[in-house]
Amino acid sequence: MAILPELALLTGALAFFALSLSKHLDDNQVRNTAVFFGVVTFLCALISVHQESTSFAGCYQVDLFSQFFKLMISLGLVFALIGGQDLKGIDKAVRPEYYMFLFLSCLGLMSLVSAVELITLFVSLELSSFALYLMIPMRDDRTGTREQMEAGIKYILFGVLATGVMLYGMSYIFGLTGTTYLQEIVPGLKKIVSQPAAFFAVVMVLAGFFYKLALFPMHFWVPDVYEGAANETTGFIATVPKLGAVALLIRFVIMVPGDVRIIVDLMTVLALCSMFYGNLIALVQTDVKRMLGYSGIAHAGFILFGLLTLKSNGYATAMYYISGYVFMNLACYTVLSHVSEKGENLSIKDLNGLHKRQPMMALLLALGLFALAGIPPMVGFMGEFLLLTEVLKEGPRFLIPVILAAINAGIAIYYYLSVIKAAYTEDADERPGVAVNTLTKVAGAALMVIIVLMGAFPARIIAYADTAVKTIM
Amino acid sequence: MDCLIIQEGFPLLSFLIFFPLAGALVLLFFSDEKFARRWTLGVTLLEAAFSLPLITGFDTTTVKFQFAEAHQWIPQWNINYILGVDGISILLVLLSTLIMPFCVLASWRYIKTRVTPFMFCMLIMQVSMVGLFVALDFVLFWVFWEFMLIPMYLLIAVWGGPRKEYASIKFFIYTLAGSVFLLVAIIALYLKNGSFFIPDMMWQQYSTPFQVWVFLAFFLAFAIKVPMFPVHTWLPAAHVEAPTAGSVILASVLLKMGTYGMLRFCLPITPEATFMLAPYILWLSIAGIIYGGFTALAQHDMKKLVAYSSVGHMGFVTLGIFILNSRGIEGAIIQMINHGVTTGALFLCVGMIYERTHSRELRLATGVGKYMPWYVTFLAFFALSSFGFPGTNSFIGEFLVLAGTFEVNKPLALAAIPGTVLAAAYMLRMLQKIVWGGTDNPDQSHLTDLNMREIVTLAPFLLFVFWIGLGPQPFLDMIHTSVNHLLTQLHGIDGATVAATLLR
Repeated sequence: MAILPELALLTGALAFFALSLSKHLDDNQVRNTAVFFGVVTFLCALISVHQESTSFAGCYQVDLFSQFFKLMISLGLVFALIGGQDLKGIDKAVRPEYYMFLFLSCLGLMSLVSAVELITLFVSLELSSFALYLMIPMRDDRTGTREQMEAGIKYILFGVLATGVMLYGMSYIFGLTGTTYLQEIVPGLKKIVSQPAAFFAVVMVLAGFFYKLALFPMHFWVPDVYEGAANETTGFIATVPKLGAVALLIRFVIMVPGDVRIIVDLMTVLALCSMFYGNLIALVQTDVKRMLGYSGIAHAGFILFGLLTLKSNGYATAMYYISGYVFMNLACYTVLSHVSEKGENLSIKDLNGLHKRQPMMALLLALGLFALAGIPPMVGFMGEFLLLTEVLKEGPRFLIPVILAAINAGIAIYYYLSVIKAAYTEDADERPGVAVNTLTKVAGAALMVIIVLMGAFPARIIAYADTAVKTIM
Repeated sequence: MDCLIIQEGFPLLSFLIFFPLAGALVLLFFSDEKFARRWTLGVTLLEAAFSLPLITGFDTTTVKFQFAEAHQWIPQWNINYILGVDGISILLVLLSTLIMPFCVLASWRYIKTRVTPFMFCMLIMQVSMVGLFVALDFVLFWVFWEFMLIPMYLLIAVWGGPRKEYASIKFFIYTLAGSVFLLVAIIALYLKNGSFFIPDMMWQQYSTPFQVWVFLAFFLAFAIKVPMFPVHTWLPAAHVEAPTAGSVILASVLLKMGTYGMLRFCLPITPEATFMLAPYILWLSIAGIIYGGFTALAQHDMKKLVAYSSVGHMGFVTLGIFILNSRGIEGAIIQMINHGVTTGALFLCVGMIYERTHSRELRLATGVGKYMPWYVTFLAFFALSSFGFPGTNSFIGEFLVLAGTFEVNKPLALAAIPGTVLAAAYMLRMLQKIVWGGTDNPDQSHLTDLNMREIVTLAPFLLFVFWIGLGPQPFLDMIHTSVNHLLTQLHGIDGATVAATLLR
């Protein structure tokens, strides 16, 4: 029962493996199967949300914390599947395989949030990453420039490098503490925390996670991968894996004892660099996906802000923020996947006159972008605001970082607004209408409701995240 | 929480906030244009009617917040949903509810494309305007303060004039960037007090440097909204490009949010800093008055003229607030209402001409008096009111402000006098051109006079011009107690600090 959602994903992946063997495939059938398994996974996650167990020799822990993330991962998966259901950018012949890897990647993420042992954690991380490495080059080669190959290679090379660094750090941790179980590592590290070796180890491991979260300076892959991957793939990469990254970061940052100021300082600097770098470069982007990629780097900085408080409230707010971020971004990618006619990349101009071509999608896009920009009462605002409050609570030395972060929120509005401007004020000219089926409309409406309600009523979900994070502290 | 008088029974203020929201949601499902117009008019009229009990039930003798509601919102951070009105906010709430039906009426024919989304934006706008003036929790206030940018941005960007994109983005970024520090100040205040409840933050013993920083953060955000010289540059652009209803809302209500913020936050939360920095702000206000006057004098675009006159008029408001005596502040509040009525009406007038001639150029609208007698009658009264002609509303406001200023600082008051003269100059110049023009008037014989809808739209404004102008006492009574309380507290703090300095 405890690993029901994982089993559902595995079944889904196997089902697609079986489907991929068949010669006569109906597009609709493949698509509906994917959505079906997505929904089943979500329901399973919902059922098993209060499960608790430890299995596989203590390597795999199912607790409130992991179940919170599984719930969010499965919900994100459902929206990603519906939002990108047409898979315009993926060749028909490989669609079952594509879905298989998608489900495997999700499986990796789910086991990642449950992993409490270094080897398990590493294997899960690789499972989720390798599936993604394969999904990127699956894009149709319509332009002939093979940019998806470039993106795939970039992703895998940077990914392997980051993994190597992380593995190296893990070996240090094992060497210093003699165990691979997180539970035993924590007291072990506390004893030797003043030694440079321990600091070195923790920073190396964190670097690996920063790569997943796309945080400065481990962000180099983001723009090219986002641009090179199909819209649907990017929609997934930009959202769901970040949940796993945040879960991991929280599990690791909890190990950092409160009196280690240097790690906190390092995280503050990285967070601010991320924000400025992401926001300033996003200002000049013309490709929507690249822009969202840079905005993602900036948002990763905000999430790190929540973690550097080293308090349960801060972690809970970070969990709330990343969940909100996933839905805001999925809202945008749902629109992108649908507006893109044949799966090509979209520039901001391609969204011109969207309000006429498809009012519902325009509204979804505007809401998602305003939320990303941190306009109340959407979830982006509440997350940002509570994170800043939590950080400033830590003392006056955080005043300057908080002010700089607030300035970033001001910078960001410009590029989000330029997209909204295109969708709402420009003329459509010759651009065609956008076809949207009922399922997408329902999902879009659900996303809008989630984005607004999560922002307007954050108390319950943060309280829940707080209890969840306290179970592992 | 003992400064609240909790409303038993029907939650009137919540209703006023969420009723237009419900009305807007209905428009999502029924998008017929005719229906949208009528529905929105109905909703705003009902909203206006439901705000009238605020007048009848308002107790003018208490300094507490009335019609209050308090509910938990985000307990982890002690953020609550608290609403209430006092003498400082009551008139502004009423202004924002009463003005909306006329904005809808003014857009009846003016808005031809995408009518339903327009009406949707108007209703959403109403939500944030009322919410902002009644919010007593800082987070709630902030939510409305920022949220309001979305509908206003869309009103300008979608239904605006030729340079709408430039104007709308400038408006959005100016306001948002200005309030970035406000957010940090709010968090800092929360950390000192442990609550976001606004009255809890007032009259606390903060250190002087803290007060100064908080004051500056507040002031930057509010000064941009007012807008004070020299951060006013977004205003003419936004006003000129916005559709008539947008201009009216912008002038009548949005600008007041800035001065309301100064009264509600700057004075009570950071009194020491207020005393310290008031002299500079006063001279800044004078600069705004004079600058607004001279620039308005040079305009050929009617809307720009009215927009720059706003800069001057709002200068009087900030002058009245920071002179820190009861005449000044009461005058400032009355002047806020006056500016809402008069400038709103002037924008409506400009819009009516624009609908007929499709130009806002002053020289293309000359000599219409012969063909539009009703129109020029209204225009004349509003123009007279705008430069503070005795018997009209602005006279009361400006007189109180100037009288308050003379009590404290004569050079300052003398410096403000040219502003009123300039106002007369630019308004009479506009009036002369529109009514009579010269010998080279364009042919205006095709113009039709105001129809019934337009007369109905303008008449209530005229009523208020004379009501406030001839019998301002009921309005002053409503604000008097709260203003006195504010000043007693303020000067109490001042006295205490002076005593402390003397003893040291």
